[in-house]
Amino acid sequence: MNVKKQFKEGLITQNPVLVQLLGMCSTMAITTSIMNGLGMGVSVLIILTLSNIFIALLRKIIPDEVRIACYIVVIAGFVTCVQLLLKAYLPALDKSLGVFIPLIVVNCIILGRAEAFANKNTVGASALDGIFQGLGYTVVLVIMCFFRELFGSGKLMGFQIMPTSYTPALLLVLPVGGFLCLGALIAVMQWALAKSAKKKEGTKQ
Amino acid sequence: MSVTTLLAISLGAILTNNFIFAQFLGCCPFLGVSKKIDTAVGMGLAVTFVMGLASAFCYGINIILVKLGLEYMQTVAFILVIAGLVQFVEMFLKKSIPSLYTALGVYLPLITTNCAVLGVALLNVQNSYNFIESVIYGITGGLGFLLAIFLFAAVREQLEFADNPKAFDGFPIALITAGLMALAFMGFSGLQVW
Repeated sequence: MNVKKQFKEGLITQNPVLVQLLGMCSTMAITTSIMNGLGMGVSVLIILTLSNIFIALLRKIIPDEVRIACYIVVIAGFVTCVQLLLKAYLPALDKSLGVFIPLIVVNCIILGRAEAFANKNTVGASALDGIFQGLGYTVVLVIMCFFRELFGSGKLMGFQIMPTSYTPALLLVLPVGGFLCLGALIAVMQWALAKSAKKKEGTKQ
Repeated sequence: MSVTTLLAISLGAILTNNFIFAQFLGCCPFLGVSKKIDTAVGMGLAVTFVMGLASAFCYGINIILVKLGLEYMQTVAFILVIAGLVQFVEMFLKKSIPSLYTALGVYLPLITTNCAVLGVALLNVQNSYNFIESVIYGITGGLGFLLAIFLFAAVREQLEFADNPKAFDGFPIALITAGLMALAFMGFSGLQVW
């Protein structure tokens, strides 16, 4: 039952990007192709899950005053591991994500979940929270990538999808597209949440 | 290294390659602390200061790491240095400029997790800048952030009274505005110093 609730929270009602508004920088910066989005999403998912588990394990040992510094060291350790693995096995992805891989350290999603969830809950719940929040982040990235890659360059995963007569809307691949796309996506989310809240109210009465 | 290279770096960091509108570094405080012009400017100044300091310190740290053959510890070392610096700035402000300290409030410790600060340290290494270039890049990058957050806060104060579709209330309309500003900043691309 609780698993179901956490799943729903991570993907929809407490989606890290669309509802909690965390981790905007990477969301807008790297969503220019689906490969980038998937790579970044999975990296964050892995780091978030591991750091949530670790911080939940250590939550009784870490003194309250220096907890942020401790969290950052734990997170930076995992980020370095992932960075080295990517460099070794997926050098092309590492190159296209560039500075945004080490910048996962300061991604607010990870620190935010450590502070809001992992230091108050058990190891199992924190691990699940990490997986579902990471999934929520990945889904948003992939949706943004889909629109930006399809309409911005007429391709998906590097394959030409749109007919060759289609002139790609270059604007979407540029930084401007990131802001506009995310803005529109959050607006859709707000509209949908408001609608479902109204519906719930209707059924109660 | 000549004056023109420094000028080119500064111009790039402030206008053509603005940290927010072109590189997406530091978006969280940009969107979070831009509701009022005063706090936005205070935040911008604090970030500029920390970015300059962090560039200088991380340059030194990087030399030590390279000498010891520990380049892979870069991320961990940099973030620790930045966290220490922010703590130091916090204590300094508390003691000497308490008014600014209270105005910045909770946002001061949050500079640690501003990706522009860690980003500038990493970009300095990536671009293999020397000491002076690093510091200049840090400070001008901060100034670019200040310019962006100041302009955005000025627009956003007016946005409160705007009549927009209900679903766009609050955050989405702010993002769209930022997108249009990014479009305006694209006009600077192509600007070069010979």
